[in-house]
Amino acid sequence: MIPVVINIVYFMLSLALLFAFIRLTRGPSLPDRVVALELIASIVVGYVGVHAIDTGVPSLLDVAIVIALTAFLAAIGFARFLERGGQKND
Amino acid sequence: MIEIIVSVLLLAGAAFMVLAAIGILRLPDLPTRMHASTKAAAMGAMFTMGGVAFYFGDSVVLARAFAIVVFILITSPIAAHVIGRAGYFTGTALWDGTVKDELRDNYDPDTHTLGSGYEGSPERVAPPPGPDSSKD
Repeated sequence: MIPVVINIVYFMLSLALLFAFIRLTRGPSLPDRVVALELIASIVVGYVGVHAIDTGVPSLLDVAIVIALTAFLAAIGFARFLERGGQKND
Repeated sequence: MIEIIVSVLLLAGAAFMVLAAIGILRLPDLPTRMHASTKAAAMGAMFTMGGVAFYFGDSVVLARAFAIVVFILITSPIAAHVIGRAGYFTGTALWDGTVKDELRDNYDPDTHTLGSGYEGSPERVAPPPGPDSSKD
């Protein structure tokens, strides 16, 4: 039962990744792209969790922690950049 | 039994992720997209980590999954707030059907100052009385 569910979950997460990537490429302004990047990072955290179940290696959860941390720092950095010196009405 | 719980948690997490992605693809402007992506994606990651914790059934894995959940729960609103603020201040266009924008009258984009809207108006709130006025 678990392997079938894992395949379904992989498919759904890939679909979500595709949608977020479309917004990342199309997004009319830079904040839209940053939001899409943050969503992609969340989806990858879910991906890593499912992969940890798939392979049976619980150490992969450390990777999820690091990805969540870097995504948060990237969002904060982009926001600081936008407020300080970003292009207006981009 | 554990298999059923893990399957339900993983499917719920993936469903929330797909909902967040559909929201970020279909909604019209920056605040609504953020509204969809932040909360639903955090919920999806939390469900997935719950599934991982149930599947391994180990105290170390449980602690790690719990740490990830707490971290996402703390950082996701902060990141959304900061990006939304930066997006508004850089002049991102709102949706045509936006009903209320309370910042528009009070925020000055040239000086980057935010007023309360009551400066110099007759409805100005009086300052609280000093400590001496309550004496008998």
